[in-house]
Amino acid sequence: MLVYSIHRLLIMIPTLLAISVIVFIIIQLPPGDYLSTYIAELQSQGEAVNADKIAFLREQYGLDRPLIEQYFRWVFGLLQGDLGYSFEFNLPVNQVIGDRMLLTFVVSFATVLFTYIVAFPIGAYSATHQYSWGDYGLTFLGFLGLATPSFLLALVLLYFANVMFGTSIGGLMDPELIDQPWGWEKILSVLEHLWVPVIVIGTSGTAGMARRLRANLLDELQKQYVVTGRAKGLPPGRLLLKYPMRMALNPFIADIGTLLPAMLSGAAIVSVVLSLPTNGPMLLSALRSQDMYLAGSFLMIEACLIVVGVFVSDMALAVLDPRIRFHGGQSR
Amino acid sequence: MNRPKPPAAPGLAHYVSPAPFDAGASEAMSAELEHYYLASQWRMMWWKFRRHRLAVISGAILALLYGSVLISEFLAPYELHTRNTDFIYAPPQPIHFFHEGRFVGPFVYGYNYNLNLENLRREYTEDTTRVQPIGFFCAGDSYEFWGLIPGNLHLMCPAPGGTLFLMGTDRLGRDLMSRMSYGARISLTIGIVGITISFLLGIVLGGLAGYYGGWVDHAVQRTIEIIRSFPELPLWMALSAALPVSWSPILIYFGITLILGLIDWTGLARAVRSKLLALREEDFATAAVLMGASPRRVIGRHLLPSFMSHLIASATLSIPAMILGETALSFLGLGLRPPVTSWGVLLTEAQNINVVALYPWLLLPCAPVIVAVLAFNFFGDGLRDAADPYK
Repeated sequence: MLVYSIHRLLIMIPTLLAISVIVFIIIQLPPGDYLSTYIAELQSQGEAVNADKIAFLREQYGLDRPLIEQYFRWVFGLLQGDLGYSFEFNLPVNQVIGDRMLLTFVVSFATVLFTYIVAFPIGAYSATHQYSWGDYGLTFLGFLGLATPSFLLALVLLYFANVMFGTSIGGLMDPELIDQPWGWEKILSVLEHLWVPVIVIGTSGTAGMARRLRANLLDELQKQYVVTGRAKGLPPGRLLLKYPMRMALNPFIADIGTLLPAMLSGAAIVSVVLSLPTNGPMLLSALRSQDMYLAGSFLMIEACLIVVGVFVSDMALAVLDPRIRFHGGQSR
Repeated sequence: MNRPKPPAAPGLAHYVSPAPFDAGASEAMSAELEHYYLASQWRMMWWKFRRHRLAVISGAILALLYGSVLISEFLAPYELHTRNTDFIYAPPQPIHFFHEGRFVGPFVYGYNYNLNLENLRREYTEDTTRVQPIGFFCAGDSYEFWGLIPGNLHLMCPAPGGTLFLMGTDRLGRDLMSRMSYGARISLTIGIVGITISFLLGIVLGGLAGYYGGWVDHAVQRTIEIIRSFPELPLWMALSAALPVSWSPILIYFGITLILGLIDWTGLARAVRSKLLALREEDFATAAVLMGASPRRVIGRHLLPSFMSHLIASATLSIPAMILGETALSFLGLGLRPPVTSWGVLLTEAQNINVVALYPWLLLPCAPVIVAVLAFNFFGDGLRDAADPYK
């Protein structure tokens, strides 16, 4: 187990390095370096250019050096927690994204939880009651959930909330709390507003997962050990939970590798529609104004989140499944 | 079963059938069965696919949608950019058949426009005295068919001097139905072009990884893992934001499809790889290698055909992701830009919730997106079930 987890940790290093290279390339993609764009922009607005500051930034990020050196400076900055400089906000990226990153974590975590809690009973019910009306209904809902893009769902929800209640369901907290420091009141307000984005973002993931769990369970339920257990007189609930469910659980956990990216994707656009104070809207505005350090930081952090998520799910798999634990094999 | 045989009656002659003896009689099949066993793989897939009713219906819907793309100009009542400045944000006009209890055929009532000076809203009311019968196969706005052949024939057009906004108009008074009809051309083809790119990449890279194994396999696997570590949409957003502003709309279109395809191929490559890993151990593959076939021939001629049907099915299942990706990108303003019109571009108008609350028909372009995505999902499901007809 220890060997396996160390092996798994070591694999993450080259992956993260490669991700950082790709993110750096994306940062460099827009033509020209951002400082000259920034200066041009300031001059076009008739503002004075602070030559000292420009020189300092140029020195700090080595913008006059070759690309390779810039890359290494950037990566070493990352390791020390310095994500770069946002030219749009005129602040270090760390200060710009702190709160947003936290809220993004909260939303993603709540969505994963929601997905598991909802998909699990639905999948189990559909599998044990195959071809019943309940199964058909849930399957149909699942297909609809899979096909409706989350941002359209958000738009439609917004529209109906507006028409029926005359209120906007956007945002993650009461407007008057936005600029206040974190406290109980603010946390409660966030929890109160959380359910709309969680449902909107989680719907397609939940539908997909329920369908997969149903298929896996159906495969397991036809196996002989289930028949044996039933013949021996095990109560149905216990029989289901103890054996086939445990077997069908594997892909359920391994799925986090696909669930997490899908969710962050969904969150990116849903939060634009619902104007949540998470990554999405800021990533969009950063990309529009080509504030590339900021945009790159978002990509980098989200990718890291996914890599860590996959690692956690692999560890959980190893704990749950002795076949993986003892052979130190690959889960996927 | 084990009853003892009754003793033969003495004197009774041993019975011999005079009919000619046919040794294969017990194995002979009825004509039906023979038809079944002689059927080609593709024919059997068709039989199996036909049983999946939903998939057949979805296939028909998709055929209709893609058929409509060929003749968008003809199907749209107006031209893509026709502005009706007197009818800005006009709501959809319902079709009527009876006027004052008398059947007149499909027609719409003309609109009376009134600007409410209190809240500055545009209010349109049906004027039941103005009956405007819908014309069919008539001359209307002139267009260039596929940008080449000039024409002006439309399936439906408004009555002379009248209007025909079955799905309302937008902020410039452009007919939404016409724009959706043109938008289908971009939205639906982007999925096909994108999937072609990702299909080629997936087959080549997955094929190399699966056939050679070793370090090639390792490199491809790691690449896939890295690409999969990015959330799809933010990566698409970042890449399409980097497309130069100076590019022409057509170049942007291909840029977007390329980006969609470049990131989407990983799933297909994995499928190809795992299938190849299993198949290359089969006897027929070894035989081909021993007979001196080159790797390209072994993969292309012997291995690929045996799981091509699976590949096509999974490719069909990933087209919706492309359509949705383009819609999302355009909706955010990072994808296609006007004057190129796709469903996503149309939906950008619905970004502001206040606008949507006042003019809900601007959300209508959602409908074809959902229909197309659902249809592709069911169709792909049916294909996947049919892909292995020997099961």
